[in-house]
Amino acid sequence: MSISKDARQIVESAVQGVMAKAIALAPDGWIPGGEPDPLIRSRHGHVGKPVSRLDGPLKVSGTAPFAAEFPMQGMVYAALVFGTVPKGRIAAIDTEQAESSPGVLSVMTYRNAPRIAPPPVFMSGPKAAGGDNLPVMQDDAIHWNGEPVAVVLAETQEQADHASSLVHVRYQSEPAQTHFAKAKAAGTRTATFMGQPLHNEIGDAEAALVRAPVSVDVRYSTPRHNHNAIELHAVTAAWTGDELRIHDASQLVAHEAWSIAQMFGIPEDKVVVTSPFVGGGFGGKCLWQHQVLAAMAAKASGRPVRLVLSREGVYRVVGGRSLTEQRVALGADREGLLKALIHTGVTAKTASNAMPEPFIMATRSAYASETISLDVQAVELDMLANTFMRAPGESVGTFALECAMDELASALDIDPIELRVRNEPKNEPISGLPFSSRNIVEAWRTGAAKFGWDKRSSVPCSTRDGEWLVGMGCAAGTYPYYRMPGGAARITLTHDGQAIIDIAAHEMGMGTSTAQTQVAADRLGLSMDAVVFRYGDSTLPGVVLAGGSQQTAAIGAAVSAAHHSLVKALLKIVGNDSPLAGLKPDEVASGDAGLCKLGDPALHETYVSILARAGQTSVTVTAEAPAPLETQHWSMHSHAAMFCEVRVNSVTGEPRVSRFLGSFDCGRILNPKTAASQFRGGIIMGLGLALMEETQFDERTGRVMNPSLSEYHVPVHMDVPEIDVIWTDIADPHTPMGARGIGEIGITGTGAAVANAIYNATGKRIRDLPITLDKLL
Amino acid sequence: MSMTVNGAAVSLPDDPRVSLLDLLREYLHLPGTKKGCNQGACGACTVLVDGERILSCLALAVQFEGRSVTTIEGLGAPGSLHPLQQAFIEHDGFQCGYCTPGQICSAIGMAQEIRRGVPSHVTADLCTETISLSHDELRERMSGNLCRCGAHNGIVDAITEVFAEEDILAEAAE
Repeated sequence: MSISKDARQIVESAVQGVMAKAIALAPDGWIPGGEPDPLIRSRHGHVGKPVSRLDGPLKVSGTAPFAAEFPMQGMVYAALVFGTVPKGRIAAIDTEQAESSPGVLSVMTYRNAPRIAPPPVFMSGPKAAGGDNLPVMQDDAIHWNGEPVAVVLAETQEQADHASSLVHVRYQSEPAQTHFAKAKAAGTRTATFMGQPLHNEIGDAEAALVRAPVSVDVRYSTPRHNHNAIELHAVTAAWTGDELRIHDASQLVAHEAWSIAQMFGIPEDKVVVTSPFVGGGFGGKCLWQHQVLAAMAAKASGRPVRLVLSREGVYRVVGGRSLTEQRVALGADREGLLKALIHTGVTAKTASNAMPEPFIMATRSAYASETISLDVQAVELDMLANTFMRAPGESVGTFALECAMDELASALDIDPIELRVRNEPKNEPISGLPFSSRNIVEAWRTGAAKFGWDKRSSVPCSTRDGEWLVGMGCAAGTYPYYRMPGGAARITLTHDGQAIIDIAAHEMGMGTSTAQTQVAADRLGLSMDAVVFRYGDSTLPGVVLAGGSQQTAAIGAAVSAAHHSLVKALLKIVGNDSPLAGLKPDEVASGDAGLCKLGDPALHETYVSILARAGQTSVTVTAEAPAPLETQHWSMHSHAAMFCEVRVNSVTGEPRVSRFLGSFDCGRILNPKTAASQFRGGIIMGLGLALMEETQFDERTGRVMNPSLSEYHVPVHMDVPEIDVIWTDIADPHTPMGARGIGEIGITGTGAAVANAIYNATGKRIRDLPITLDKLL
Repeated sequence: MSMTVNGAAVSLPDDPRVSLLDLLREYLHLPGTKKGCNQGACGACTVLVDGERILSCLALAVQFEGRSVTTIEGLGAPGSLHPLQQAFIEHDGFQCGYCTPGQICSAIGMAQEIRRGVPSHVTADLCTETISLSHDELRERMSGNLCRCGAHNGIVDAITEVFAEEDILAEAAE
């Protein structure tokens, strides 16, 4: 973003700062979550049961429809041509040969593409979804190496793919900044994230570091990463008159519909985005050029268009996680109490997005220290815009912080768990806010006991099994509780006692419909088969991002608000003959498929009876969730204690993870079966981060050099041991259902736990990810 | 010029460039077989051809004249699931569900390879006639099927439960 925009954001955030102070000081009762959600008390309902996925039969039989699987009458196939220079202009583009190729309908370039506005970049507005704010095929300018320069439409995919090889482009290159070190040398700027500078100071940390009797001062680096959901990004787009229909794989259907409407200059309700199943997201399934190009091509050709990115195309068009270079310096007294905590560094972004990898986020609430200095500097490169990927900031930030804590524990000769426990903060160190619920010490204790931490030798390189060196390591993970504004839900209660919940939410594998059906059934006092949970459609209520691990809370708060409205609506129609006659909304509760008087379940009438008596076939209510003020009133975070055992081959250097345990403190667990999978999934992506994942970026040309699943390695079955996950199940009294999000925390702390185990096994500190065998020889 | 897909005769495509995967997905409207990379790296497109697992994205459809192809749709449907499909649900052997059809088809093909005594990278004795479905054998042999959601533990548990019994292995080979 530009300097003036950054300045505006800072002014806005100063105003917000005054508000934040007022919210922090307000009485608990004024804040959402001030009164605990009644569902927290309920221990005998559907919540907490290991229910199998309701959509499981569809998924295992291949009948769950994904974005590329909506056939349309007269549909044509698209293939993209990607640019090959990092910056410059298209000097000439020859489409003649492609256009005359068999089956080809048209070739769209900047010369004949429909004129549209640039995308509203994510975080620039409540529903802005763009990964960047660059114009999409509107002129001859090239902004990154791999930017789409042509869209070929043909009757079959084979024809489109072949014709795309017949488009000939000549470029006029311009000087590009694609070199991280050179960009750093030219100057960095303090990064801003969500309107706030990524900078915090408490006391003089550098001075305290010098005075501290024991200290470590080390540097870590983490590479670029790509999400690599197995489903390729795909879109099927069609115009019917002035209405645009998009079948997409999307984590933000409402944001996307609004943003695309802005670009085409049409009303928001003229764009319908549906996304019933997303084949993995992890932050990568938002709004990038492919959806827009498909919509443009469909408009220009008058035919529905299917555009499936190739795997290379995903790397060229969809951003990933940026690289970081981090310094962590810790100073402590001889007892291990922190006197100085410094976590600073540099990352790369683009001028076209607002997403510096915020690697200090976890450190803000991690440890008590007399002094703290946190800072993220950013440089801007000419590359595809980076974006959020599972636990942006925390995933790579905890790698540095938690490795440094391990190094400090070694320097002090204190057990690394004990060191962390000694530095537990009473309130959040940066904001001073009280924690809503923090039970990390319990997670450490139970995790250590289950993992057998007491069998670890604190002396590195002291356990050997044949040619394998064996070691154990641990690290803390953490991820904040978020609930973003805009949540809303609709409940339709029908005469046969069924409740339909409608909300524009998403299923990318988290088990959304299953867990939310459990929650809604308990909230309404219904059986699960009386609840229908509908989602993944931008025409439904609510602006709900499936990101920031916030969707569960966002849906929970919205459905809770809608339930309040439903109770009010039902009491208005109960009539004088009902046992509920004359009761006020706060005097009744849902239960046994109806409403009853609070504290007197005998005074009860079923929903079926209420509707029958009133002569109504259904009652429909829609309500918005309250603004998420709780996140400014309490410091709200999930926590994890991660334990890893590795085996490193002393001959080849090959590192293998042999055991892993995650001990989580994430509030109440709504469904132990799907939650365990979320935790394991995060941990396994963390194993990839630790040992193999790297998007290789050619700093000379700004081009991703390993855009395939053959050359970008993700953990495979043989890399994944049995992963044990346990949790405290202590409800957070201030969140909907007492739950906090669980989708991202698994990847946090995992990289450090692996690295620390490798140190324990080999005596080698590898501070540069990924930890490949060459670094261990 | 025809082949059999899930028991039904289908014509081979006119265009020799059409992969078996695209034939299934785009021409026969059997989208249960998934496209995750289109270059043989992810395993999402795994189908069974005459009982053997192959990557349908690396196979040209015209090469399969007279062959019998089984896709996930041919194994079972909601209401009449294959035991392995049911086990995937019980063990939560998936999250997003996109790699799942390939994992299931691959596991069935793998079980038959073990039964035939085909060794893998982790088989200690290459001359042995009976290979057991150990944890390592299973993980090694399933490593060509990527899962990004991290459902590996559930996948291994589901396969183990269904194929640990020798008689089911025998049944799978028929």
